[in-house]
Amino acid sequence: MKKDIILAGVGGQGILSIAAIIGYAAVESGLFLKQAEVHGMSQRGGDVQSHLRLSSDEIASDLIPQGKADMIISVEPMESLRYLPYLGPQGWLVTSIKPFVNIPNYPEMEQIMQQVEAQPNHIALDAETMAGELGSVKAANMVVLGAASPFLDLDYEKLEKAIHFVFGRKGEDLVQLNLNALKAGRDYAEKHMN
Amino acid sequence: MQKLLLLGDEAIAQAGIDAGISGIYAYPGTPSTEITEYVISSKEAKEKGITATWCANEKTAAEAALGMSYAGKRAMTCMKHVGLNVAADPFVNSALTGANGGLIFVVADDPSMHSSQNEQDSRFFGKFAMIPVLEPSSQQEAYDMVHFGYELSEKYKVPVMLRITTRLAHSRAGVVRKTQREQNRFKLPEDLRQFVLLPGIARKKYQVHLKLQEDFQKESANSPFNQYFEGKDHSMGIIACGLAYNYLMENYPDRNIPYPVVKLSQYPAPLDMVEKLYMQCETILVLEEGFPMVEEMLKGLLNKGKQVRGRLDGSIPMAGELNPNIVSKALGFEQDPITPVPSLVTPRPPSLCKGCPHIDSFVGLNEAIESFGKGRVFSDIGCYTLSALPPYESINSCVDMGASITMAKGAADAGMKPSVAVIGDSTFTHSGITGLLDAVNAKSNITVIILDNATTAMTGGQPSSALNRIEDICKGVGVEEDHIRVIKPLRKNHEENTRILLEELNYDGVSVVIPRRECIQTLNKRMRAKFKSANTNLKNSKQ
Ligand SMILES: Cc1ncc(C[n+]2csc(CCOP(=O)(O)OP(=O)(O)O)c2C)c(N)n1
Ligand code: SF4
Repeated sequence: MKKDIILAGVGGQGILSIAAIIGYAAVESGLFLKQAEVHGMSQRGGDVQSHLRLSSDEIASDLIPQGKADMIISVEPMESLRYLPYLGPQGWLVTSIKPFVNIPNYPEMEQIMQQVEAQPNHIALDAETMAGELGSVKAANMVVLGAASPFLDLDYEKLEKAIHFVFGRKGEDLVQLNLNALKAGRDYAEKHMN
Repeated sequence: MQKLLLLGDEAIAQAGIDAGISGIYAYPGTPSTEITEYVISSKEAKEKGITATWCANEKTAAEAALGMSYAGKRAMTCMKHVGLNVAADPFVNSALTGANGGLIFVVADDPSMHSSQNEQDSRFFGKFAMIPVLEPSSQQEAYDMVHFGYELSEKYKVPVMLRITTRLAHSRAGVVRKTQREQNRFKLPEDLRQFVLLPGIARKKYQVHLKLQEDFQKESANSPFNQYFEGKDHSMGIIACGLAYNYLMENYPDRNIPYPVVKLSQYPAPLDMVEKLYMQCETILVLEEGFPMVEEMLKGLLNKGKQVRGRLDGSIPMAGELNPNIVSKALGFEQDPITPVPSLVTPRPPSLCKGCPHIDSFVGLNEAIESFGKGRVFSDIGCYTLSALPPYESINSCVDMGASITMAKGAADAGMKPSVAVIGDSTFTHSGITGLLDAVNAKSNITVIILDNATTAMTGGQPSSALNRIEDICKGVGVEEDHIRVIKPLRKNHEENTRILLEELNYDGVSVVIPRRECIQTLNKRMRAKFKSANTNLKNSKQ
């Protein structure tokens, strides 16, 4: 088993929580893991990315080679396109379609969606609205993770367990919110996979 | 043994705790910050009584570590690459004094300048000081090298450098812990003149240091971190330094490399291994993160030997960090077509947070200075450097920490008026105070704006070392009290703030304006913590 995943978004959108949850589930599954994060300058509203690699064999590079990623998981639509050079021909693009506009020249949404839909394997969902309906837009990242979960080759229960572990300290309400968000994303993906 | 999932930085910190350090001293700087942060928040470190502190700058940090080593205990000091420029004096000279307790300088380089002014390669500093340099290829090796480094340091009584780069520092992987070592007992140096670098003594110490080079060479030859892998195809030999070894392996999924390979992770470069490769192979490819140091050594000045490939001949770009694709090209693999980034994707540079106090300061400054014209504001390094970008475009320099004040002084001497320096509170205590003293002594005509957001925000909100004492410091340095003005950068104070700034811009002499309001990020963090503890108190009182 090998899964190379690019996580994308804007600083503060919670991609590191996605990484932490997949990471925890992967370690629970006895897999090797490497995860390169971005810290520092790029976190102040700039674009952020993380390379997450899971494998049953030992992993060499901390960075994913271009053209080799199995998946791009993005919490922002334009950011999902920034890393297309990494996506392999069979790879999945899973992204939220809610734009984060903090630059004056943000492109037309229509053009962005055209590019997203041009990908042979993609799931595009309004994670923010879905999370809002569940109680808080802050859980949008977990909706996106849920939508990516069918392609991760990790037991769904392990992801749930990871949510308990990562959010446990912050209270039971938050755990439940994130579990619901995960499920909503998962259901959406299962309906729209083909 | 316990296995932990750790960032490279955290692996180094945990290794320090496990290898029996008694102290860690640092000034924050990406990508080294998380090392010290980890020890500061480690319960284990607290129980062991390990001193873990942020210092005013890298020089004071390195010297404190050297002092701890003098007292016989193991010490670590951490910095980013440009931090080593600041700590260069204690670094280079500690090679001659040597260590008593084990001493490791951890230096984190930032090739590709993810968050830095340049991409200098600290291995050159190690070579310059002629001390052993360890360069891990993985988080596990980073962990192991700390243990190994302290043994090496105590065996030869020299400081050791551990050089890492951004990708290792900020990448997480599984790390297996080793058995823990006790801390050293307090023990003075056997020779009480060991640390006295008077010329007469230093000359002798230098001879000893020169002799040690042979030992360091032997250590490199026998190091568990340097390895020679045979290969059948001698048309090429590969030297892979530090992290580059991973990118090499990534290109051979079955891990079978047809060429002979030297995995190089401990310097000085092991001569015998390198020579064997050179004699055996027709060409040599050097893969190294940073400058072409090993490549240049192999080529020599005249480059009359075998073909050596790397950054210098263009096989690898001169600038920027390595990655698996760059290495794949250098190895001569055919490249699959890559989907390009769609042209509609626009850059998204970082910007000041909403509600950031710096925004109000720059809006005020822009208005106050408008009548004098653009181009008169020297700045420094911190969040506020982002004001160089639109929409503010307020500042005209960012060179090295502290340079705003001293450059403003030089420009004022050249007749520029007004000459303004903008500096953060943490940068001011890092290396702005001495420059201010210069300006006061010379009665320079400058205005210094000290942006006091009560923290070191750029690197994640570490404490600011002169919290609530900035005015006292300015007074102590000799700035006239009437020209130390504190303002509160808020939109509603805009007019008054602009007026005060303008008054001080017009003043002939050294004036200081201190816009004071806490960073929004640390304020929020504090409020959340307060709210949380209030909640738990409430819960507890109900029980
Ligand atoms: C010699 C050196 N050490 C460390 C750094 C990393 N660094 C850049 S800015 C900064 C902190 C700046 O804090 P402050 O001046 O208070 O400004 P703020 O970010 O809070 O606005 C640090 C630690 C550096 N660039 N150079
Ligand atoms: S982190 Fe603090 S100082 Fe930096 S931009 Fe944000 S609010 Fe301003």
